[in-house]
Amino acid sequence: MKTSFTLNGQAASLDLDPRTTLLDALREQLSLKGSKKGCDHGQCGACTVLVNGRRINACLSLAVTHEGDEITTVEGLGTSETLHPVQAAFLEHDAFQCGYCTPGQICSTIGMLKEAADGWASLATADLTADTVLSDEEIRERMSGNLCRCSAYPQILAAIRSAGGLA
Amino acid sequence: MSSVKDWAAPTPISENRSGLIGKGVDRYEGRLKVTGSAPFAYEVEAPSKPAYGVLIASPIARGVVTSADIAQAQASPGVLLVWTPDNVPAQGERGAKINPRSQRGANPALADRVEHFGQHVGFVVADTLENAKAAAALVRLTYEATPADLIFEDNLAQADQPEGEEDVRVGDFEAAFAGAAVRLDETYVSPLQNHAQMEPCATTAWWDGDHVTVHTSIQMVKGGQHTLAETLMIPSTQVRLITRYIGGGFGGKGQAYDDLTLAALAARALGQPVKVAYTRQQMFQATIHRPAVHMRVRLGAQADGRLDAFALEAVTHCRREAPFTEHAANFARSLYAAPNRLTGHRLVKLDIPAAGPMRAPGEASGMLSLECAMDELAEQLGLDPVELRLRNEPETDPETGKPFSTRQLVRCMTEGAQRFGWDRRNPTPGQVRDGRWLVGLGMAAAIRGNFLLPAKAGVRIDADGTITLRQGMTDIGTGTYTILAQITAETLGVPLSQVKVELGDSDFPPAPGSGGQFGAATAGSAAFAAGMNLRKALAELATGDPNSPLYGDDPELVSFGGGNIAVDNRAEPLDRLVARAAPDGVYVEGAITPAADARDYSQHTYGAHFAEVGVDPDTGEVRLRRMFGVFAAGRILNAKTAMSQITGGMIWGVGTALHEYNEVDPRYGSFIAQDLAGYHVPAHADIVDLSAMFLDEVDDKANPMGIKGVGELGIAGAGAAIANAVYNASGARIRSYPLTPEKVLAALP
Repeated sequence: MKTSFTLNGQAASLDLDPRTTLLDALREQLSLKGSKKGCDHGQCGACTVLVNGRRINACLSLAVTHEGDEITTVEGLGTSETLHPVQAAFLEHDAFQCGYCTPGQICSTIGMLKEAADGWASLATADLTADTVLSDEEIRERMSGNLCRCSAYPQILAAIRSAGGLA
Repeated sequence: MSSVKDWAAPTPISENRSGLIGKGVDRYEGRLKVTGSAPFAYEVEAPSKPAYGVLIASPIARGVVTSADIAQAQASPGVLLVWTPDNVPAQGERGAKINPRSQRGANPALADRVEHFGQHVGFVVADTLENAKAAAALVRLTYEATPADLIFEDNLAQADQPEGEEDVRVGDFEAAFAGAAVRLDETYVSPLQNHAQMEPCATTAWWDGDHVTVHTSIQMVKGGQHTLAETLMIPSTQVRLITRYIGGGFGGKGQAYDDLTLAALAARALGQPVKVAYTRQQMFQATIHRPAVHMRVRLGAQADGRLDAFALEAVTHCRREAPFTEHAANFARSLYAAPNRLTGHRLVKLDIPAAGPMRAPGEASGMLSLECAMDELAEQLGLDPVELRLRNEPETDPETGKPFSTRQLVRCMTEGAQRFGWDRRNPTPGQVRDGRWLVGLGMAAAIRGNFLLPAKAGVRIDADGTITLRQGMTDIGTGTYTILAQITAETLGVPLSQVKVELGDSDFPPAPGSGGQFGAATAGSAAFAAGMNLRKALAELATGDPNSPLYGDDPELVSFGGGNIAVDNRAEPLDRLVARAAPDGVYVEGAITPAADARDYSQHTYGAHFAEVGVDPDTGEVRLRRMFGVFAAGRILNAKTAMSQITGGMIWGVGTALHEYNEVDPRYGSFIAQDLAGYHVPAHADIVDLSAMFLDEVDDKANPMGIKGVGELGIAGAGAAIANAVYNASGARIRSYPLTPEKVLAALP
């Protein structure tokens, strides 16, 4: 099936097997291997990408459903020489070890910061009518869809606080 | 063979003139990882379009595959190859060249004899992943099942002494225990756990004539290379194994699995690159796991708390055909003083996937028992748990009488207690409330052995001054790239930016790989030795070169620093020297061998954990509120990566105490939890206010740099500190991990 979307700011057009997930399309057909496959079941968050500015698990989404969407992967954020502020914060705070969950954590962070800025509540939000304040508890709750088996959670929290201007 | 006496002399590492040793520099490969451009094994660009392999798993635990119908699968779109036990290519027997420390023999891939649920019995390769998966579902296999022993608790009666092992007895435990003023006799249970590395096992393989190149996710380069060579029945020199980045290992990727074997075989059969990855479910069923352990602890103490009698007897399990013992009692042989001692292990053989090493094998399970028992004994004696441990601090190794190389356990406990606010702990359980939460504090000691294995490293300097360290070592997220760069830069007196590190290639000088907390000391010491040899070679080059300002000087007097080589005030930059005197560069190797007399010392890393938890008395939910650890692990090479290692280990302890366990389905022999929704590893929300610190230490009996491992120490004892905090908070003493809400509710007084 012919499918077209915007990928990291560039037009992309693919002839897709309808069974192909967005994650496999990115990794196997578009050679964007930064998005990782940890579980293929939406349980680990390693495949998190941004679709129209919102974070999703790319493994749970069929690629053909993304006609006309604007997709951003970790490759669309920054380069080795010019890191995105969230990437730079992860590096500085050692917010990863093996690095396999890292692109997902970073994309998820960017999506999460936008959700909070847009006033979305979470399980940790005590007052649904007040402005969202990203406390440590809020950040931890909102990032809990991204597992890190190396367990860099304290460092990831520090990185997010610093990147979100919250420190 | 070297001697520890050679290791006490000053070195560029101990002098640390540039200050790179210990500095928390950013990860060497960090920019690649945060941009997603570090290629893991499945992501490596093959020389031509790869085909996709998918594995088929056995639904029975024990028996044989009796027939295979592959016609439908073969006719399925895009299918290139279908293998079952009927037609899988012949494979050589494995084991002869395998390093017994890190590798063990394994059955050939797709054997017809089934030894556990989830064993791979079929393999399909197709042009796309989707076509391969669809075709795999069309393979029809029939089985003849035979009775299987599946449940550990049902088979405790067959527990037997592991082959070649004996119990360790000192004094007369039974008599001393019988005569003790205060006695404790309890059994603690640690559950079966899974590694759950984020990156599933994966291999990309291709052939060039009779040489195969494999990119695979494995902790041990040489072991993997030799295993594959034996399987393929070709010399190891025709196998190049590369493992640049590994998405978590934790011991679970110490050996070669079927992805490696079948990708290589299929790539040969098809004349095309093939890549194969395990699914998350296959990671649970078809790799290794940490086995469950039943641990009986008996403590006999005098009224003042001093132990007269100590016993820890562990019963654990392994796969029937793959012997492995979780040595859950070993750590206790060096921990507390007691003149009468008994430690030993028993093994139950089951028809479930193979047990194997998982982060801090032995300690991670074992300390959950003794460190709880000490808490219980302290209460019986009316002593503070820290004080009880202080009263049982041995002067020499309590089993062997050997001196400790270094031992700062007491300082870890006292420093930790002070910084954590341990004096605010109410010794009576269930007294402190914060809203609906019962709040309590707990502590535990940590000990983990320190090891050094033989290793080599190669280092070259090129005419532009770039220094490249090469080693068949791995970085599984531990920070190996980074610390090797720091060691090399400090040894040669050059800035970090001038150093490159290349790892994970069987063509490079061999190192044993990542495991057992021996990686940094082993690989680092070899890198240091190579650096020292390069210093010597460059000193001789300069002093022998008539165009060098150092010409005619004594090479012994040469110093390195700021990118220069110098004697007194005569100096020249390294790049200028090499460009002029050795324009093709200079390459040397170095090696480390364990010192014979290192075994004259009892060598360990130590720590103390302090935890505060909240217990919900209505739901039984336990929440971590605060956790702090103090650790002594030799000289710390990188403040940042070492801290990440140690806090990561502590968080594994939180998972061990509160979340992680797996069970075997008695009907099929499968694991009940087969994915990350069923098997709960700690998530962001579980980890609150967790931090650690290192004590200053140099262990000159450990290796030439005085460093030790930190990868496993953090998990040792951590779970027990939390279990003890749960008791202090609520009065619920739970001796079966993890402390899930239903167990807490049932145990609440």
